[in-house]
Amino acid sequence: MASLKDMRVRIAATKATQKITKAMQMVAASKLRRAQSAAEAARPYAERMDAVLGNIASGVAGSNSAPKLLGGTGSDKVHLLLVCTGERGLCGAFNTSIVRLARERANALIAEGKQVKIFCVGKKGYEQLRRNFEKQIVERTDLRAVRVIGFADAEKIGKRVIEMFENGEFDVCTLVYSKFKSVIAQIPTAQQIIPPTFEAASSAAAAPIAAYEYEPEEDEILGDLLPRNLSVQIFRALLENNASFYGAQMSAMDNATRNAGEMIRKQTLTYNRTRQAMITKELIEIISGAEAL
Amino acid sequence: MATFHFHLVAPDKMTFSGEVDQVDVPGTEGDFGVLAGHAPTVSLLRPGILTIYAGGQKVEMVVLGGFAEVSEAGLTVLADVADKAADMDRAVVTGKIETLEASIKGMEPGNALDKAIARLDHFKEVDRHLTGTAMH
Repeated sequence: MASLKDMRVRIAATKATQKITKAMQMVAASKLRRAQSAAEAARPYAERMDAVLGNIASGVAGSNSAPKLLGGTGSDKVHLLLVCTGERGLCGAFNTSIVRLARERANALIAEGKQVKIFCVGKKGYEQLRRNFEKQIVERTDLRAVRVIGFADAEKIGKRVIEMFENGEFDVCTLVYSKFKSVIAQIPTAQQIIPPTFEAASSAAAAPIAAYEYEPEEDEILGDLLPRNLSVQIFRALLENNASFYGAQMSAMDNATRNAGEMIRKQTLTYNRTRQAMITKELIEIISGAEAL
Repeated sequence: MATFHFHLVAPDKMTFSGEVDQVDVPGTEGDFGVLAGHAPTVSLLRPGILTIYAGGQKVEMVVLGGFAEVSEAGLTVLADVADKAADMDRAVVTGKIETLEASIKGMEPGNALDKAIARLDHFKEVDRHLTGTAMH
């Protein structure tokens, strides 16, 4: 049995752990607020971009002149999964659930006889995916050095993806990230970005589409907008991911703090019981010693 | 004077949203003014100065690329960077000019070079405008 001193040390250690998890929870909460407002601030841009592009796209859809980024390459043999995860752990199932979704997708595609390539954004996703899909990972980047995610970071990833697309390295690109719903709910989401699907397109199709004047020509505008749209979607995914990360970390740390409290309570109880048992034992020894005399 | 709704949106924030009288937009094919009832138009932007006229006041914004959409609902400008000319950090523009100048030096004559030079000119124009307002 552990001595009383050992038990005291253990209780002190658990208390120290609890303090750390408590502090991490508070830090995550304050960062979450910032990340959440950043994600919300990015929504109008992404939504309007989607609406405008959907409008223009429905005008050119079906024609052969539609750029490849919009219409696809016409085949769907090679799929690229752009998997965005966090840079750090200690955030519950956040990274794992994104990776699980990516893995399910990849396995399903492979089962269909398609070729899968993976582009990892974020260190944790790479570490986890490496175990199963070492060969499929064609590219990876991490945002470790980035403190505040800016549009330029997303643009860099977007440019790389387009470069790969133009080299004919893949046909369909799907973005896998975690959508921020609330502090306790983050939904791993897969969104196809090449060729893009428009949420607004179906609703816009019902309304009469305004006949726009284009300046310069339609294809030139599309040529500029499509890569931009890609970066915007990636940017949005990164921001949503960031908010989700802090949300997940906050609830994970909240759990950890509560568990530590529970452990401290149990350890203190055992400690006190042991202490009392020892006092009783010593008393018995003294009394029986006195009686023997 | 009739007003219309105008949104100026940057990737990270909504910079301006409200009723305005007129907006001058720097399009790639030249500046154009938008008044209420403008025909539906989609235009790309060049780096330049966007001027908002609202309630007798004039606000100048620096936009670095993006596009504008005029529809019945109003005007929407999605810009890569959109800041008030007065708050704009000149170092961003001068830095961009320097990198562009450096990249042009190593370029072969051709389409890409022409485009880069055009871009450089746009940035220089913005820079001139910024120094101009700073001296007032």
